[in-house]
Order: sequence, then structure tokens, then C-alpha cells
Amino acid sequence: MGRYVLKRFLLLIPVLLVASFMIYGLMALAPGDPGTAILGTDATPEEIKAYNHAVGFDRPFLVRYGNFLSDLLRGDLGISYRTKQPVMNEILARMPVTATIACLSVLTAALVGVPLGVLASVKQGGLWDTLPTSMSMVIPAIPGFWLGMLLLYLFAFKLDLVPSFGVEDPLGYLLPVFANSFGSAARLQRYTRSSMVDILQTDYVRTARAKGAKERVVIWKHAMRNGLLPVVTSIGSTLGAMLGGAIVMESLFSLPGLGTLTLTALNMRDAPTVVASALFVSVLFNTILVLTDLATAFLDPRVKARYSK
Amino acid sequence: MDNKKRRARSIARLKETWRRFKKNKLAVFALCLLIGIICVALFRHAIVPYDLAIKTHASERLQPPSAEHWFGTDGRGRDVFARVIHGAPTSIFIGLSVSVGCLILGGLMGLAAGFFGGRFDMIIMRLADMISVMPGTLLAIVMVSVLGPSLTNMIIALVFCNIPGVARLTRSAALTISSQEYVEAARGGGASSLRNILTHAVPNASSLLIIQFTQNTATFILSAVNLSFLGLGVQPPAPEWGAMVNDAREFFRTQPYLMMFPGLAIMLTALSINLVGNGLRDALDPKMKT
Repeated sequence: MGRYVLKRFLLLIPVLLVASFMIYGLMALAPGDPGTAILGTDATPEEIKAYNHAVGFDRPFLVRYGNFLSDLLRGDLGISYRTKQPVMNEILARMPVTATIACLSVLTAALVGVPLGVLASVKQGGLWDTLPTSMSMVIPAIPGFWLGMLLLYLFAFKLDLVPSFGVEDPLGYLLPVFANSFGSAARLQRYTRSSMVDILQTDYVRTARAKGAKERVVIWKHAMRNGLLPVVTSIGSTLGAMLGGAIVMESLFSLPGLGTLTLTALNMRDAPTVVASALFVSVLFNTILVLTDLATAFLDPRVKARYSK
Repeated sequence: MDNKKRRARSIARLKETWRRFKKNKLAVFALCLLIGIICVALFRHAIVPYDLAIKTHASERLQPPSAEHWFGTDGRGRDVFARVIHGAPTSIFIGLSVSVGCLILGGLMGLAAGFFGGRFDMIIMRLADMISVMPGTLLAIVMVSVLGPSLTNMIIALVFCNIPGVARLTRSAALTISSQEYVEAARGGGASSLRNILTHAVPNASSLLIIQFTQNTATFILSAVNLSFLGLGVQPPAPEWGAMVNDAREFFRTQPYLMMFPGLAIMLTALSINLVGNGLRDALDPKMKT
């Protein structure tokens, strides 16, 4: 098992190399150069040229990429074109907002979606099945930003219960988390339901029932242990996607997170910030995927047995 | 088998699918709604002239819904009803073209990977993994922003980011099919890989691909409005639903109806496609029915 864990983490290295190459290459295609951006419009073309030469911007792409990597290994993500400060500081300052929203959203989605899914599979055809299941068909069609705006209008403007932007007040997290978790809760409900429906039809569940096990034991002990395994994977990938996909919500609720940082940097052609924050998100994204895989392996004796040799 | 027989058989199959689809009343209703939306998109010029959606009238800014302006007017005095109607083809076009692009590129990659296997499979799947090292939304946003915000670039970015998903799905379908006995028999009989793909994999994977295609279309419409909402999609003054909701942000404290209509249009379109997709899934592949 220990070797398997190590292997999964070592495999992250090539993955992140690819991610860094892709994002660095993409941003190298965008116009703009550090000299003009950092020295400003007052600088003469010669000064700009000299600056670009000093930071190695006039060298070939692969050389620049190599330099970027070696700086990266020393923990230096570069200087932002916009704030002229090290990018790392800004990322670390904004990271908690994005992480809080992503974690709270996934938590809410799981706490709502999974129990409703289990309930629907147990009461197939009943009210607790048809109502949430049909809701979970309608909800994915609602654009998240639109739902967010409806919530903003109702709770921030009409009822004045929560702030309409920012997170100085912890209540500010309420609406973004709610708007963000809505769609995921619906997806988890559908996912849990279909996984549990399949499991409840298996022979071993029938055997458990035939042996006279109580329905509660059959569902909680026998069916859920198996039925929730794919749900764990789904929760993990939802969390990963939310770290990168929270841009829309952060922009709507004007939250100082990584998403708005990336968006502003993209608009200002601030390449170092874009590269750094996208890479940072990729690291989190892939680490979460690996952790999810490990969690599934740990929870599933069949997978665990395969890797514990 | 001659052509006549073959045609008769595929007609019979279509009839059977339709018979099963018809049973699902919700899906039939959604199909009618979807056909209605497509008709609106096709005959938009007959419903309301394009001029009304584009020309600004400073004197008619921010009017509430009335007999003259059914959905009111926006911050530049344009008729919101006209803009919602003329936004329909854009969203449908984006959803369909991204879906078609992914189906062709991702589908072919997946089919080939699953069928040829070996090194070819490994290369294709590693390529797919490379694209998915970043969260899809983030990659799409960065790509569109670097390429320059426009309709074409948005479609390119969305296709690129969604190829891996389609490729993986088709690959697993192709793997299942290629291990079936009749394919092995054909292979044993000397049929080439290409022939196997065309005569066995494509027809047998087709219901899966059709289902996937429908559901993807709705997802891509939503991804596209997300990008437009961030200002990275269709550029103004062209009417687009996501961009319209974004424009409405400025006034939504006082004029909430401005965001209501384009949002509802997005929702109805995505919902009808999703429900039709569900109906199709049950009709085409009764085994998958949940």
C-alpha cells in the first residue's frame, strides 16, 4: 500500500510538468512583455529592451520555460506585471477564500445530495424518489451565475440578510456557497441514487435480506459500503473542478479569490500571475484527484488487496 | 444483405425507438419545446426584426415590460424580447458545433484507441490525460482569453477542453464491443481493423454516442453562457444570453427583469435538451434505464 501511495504521488510530477508547459506556452502566445508592463509608459524603448534582456525575456521560448521551472523549484513564481510584487504573496493571500468556498460547497452538496440519493434509492417510486430526482433533472439546466443573481437579489437586496459582495463578513460566504453547491448536490443525488439502485439489486443484498437481516442493516451496512464508493470519487472530482471553476461565482460575488485573480490578470495581460495561479490550481486539482483515488482504494477492500502486494 | 432490406430494418428500428420514446410524456413535451425553440431560432427574422435587437435608443432606456416592449428594454434602450429571440441561434449553434466537434475528434480518437489498443491506445489516452491536467473551465477561460474573445475561439477552446471526456467514454465503449464474440469472429475471418470499426464499433456504439451527444449539447450551451457571462464569448453588440445576463448585472437591483428573461431562455433550452436526452436514453438503450 505504501508503495502504491508513493507511486501515485510520484506520478504527479510529470502531470504537473505538462500542466506548467501548457499554461506557460499558452501565455507565451499572448502579447505583452515584462519591460513595458513593469517599467510603465514613461520608460524609453531602450530601457524596456534592456529590462527584457536582463530578465531573459528576449531569449528563446524553451530557455525561458527552463528558467521559469528552475525559479519555480526555488519557490519563486515571478513578479506580477500589475502589482510589481511577487506573485506568490498574492496567491497565498487569496487561496483561503477559494478553498473555503470550494470545501464548504462540496460539503453542502454532499450533505444534501448523498442522503437524498440514498433515500430515493430506498423509496423507489415514492415521493422521496420522484421529487428530488425530478428536481435533480431541472437544476443542472440552471446556469449557476443566474441562480446566484436571483439569490443576490432576494437575500441581499430585497431581504437585506447578507452582504452582496466580499467576505469581510463571514455571512458573505453564504450565497456563493449555496449557489455553487446547488448543481453539485443535484448531480450527487442522481449519482448516489443510480449507484445505490444497482447495488440494491445485487445478489448479496438479496442474500442479506433472505438471511433475515434488518432492512436498516442491509442498507447501512451492506449496500451503502459498496454503493457509496463511486460517490466518493464523484465528490473528489467535484471538489477539484470547483477550485478551478469557481471563477464565475467569485466574479459574480466580487470575492477576492484565485478565480478573480486569474480573471483580472488575464484582462491585464499579467502573464506571470496567470501562469502562477493556474499552475497553483492545477497542483491542488491533481492532488485532490490522487487523494480521491487513494481514498477509494482504501475504502474498497478489492482495490486495496490489488495494491497491497 | 441488399440495400432494400437494410433500409427496411433501420426504419423498423427507428419506429421501435420512437414507440418507446413516445411513452415518456415528459420527454415528448420537452421535444415539442425544443422544436419550438429551434423554430424560433430559424424564423427569428419573421418574429421580430434584427434591428430592434441591435439599434440603441437613448430615450427608451430601462423601460419595464409593456405591450410595446414585452420584456422591457435594456441599458441601451434595446428591446430585450428581440435580443432574447435573436440570441437563440447563437446558443444552439455553439452547443451543437462544440458537440459535433467533440464527437468527431474525441469519438474517433476513442474508437481508434479502443479498437487498435497497444501503443496507439496509450499515446491517445496520454494525450487526453495531458489536456485534463487542468480543470476544464480554467483551461477554457485561459485559452479564449489568449486567443482573443470571439465566437470561433470560444468554440475551439470548448472543443479542445472536452475532447478527453468524449474520447475516454468512446474508448471504453469500443473496448467492450471489441471483446464481443462477433467482433472476434469477424477478426478471425480476416476483417481489417478499419472494417471492424465501421461495421461493428460505430453502429453498436451509436446509441451511446447519440445519448452522449444530446447531453453534451446542453452542457456546452451552459459552459458557453458561462464564458460569455465573463465577457469571453460572443462580443457585443451581438445578442447572446450569457452576455445579456452580464449586462443586466449593472441594473439588477432596480431592473431585475432584465436578467430574468435571458436566464429563463438558457434554462428552458438546456432543460428541454436534457429531458429529450433522458427520453432518448431510455428509448435507445433500455438496459441503461434507471
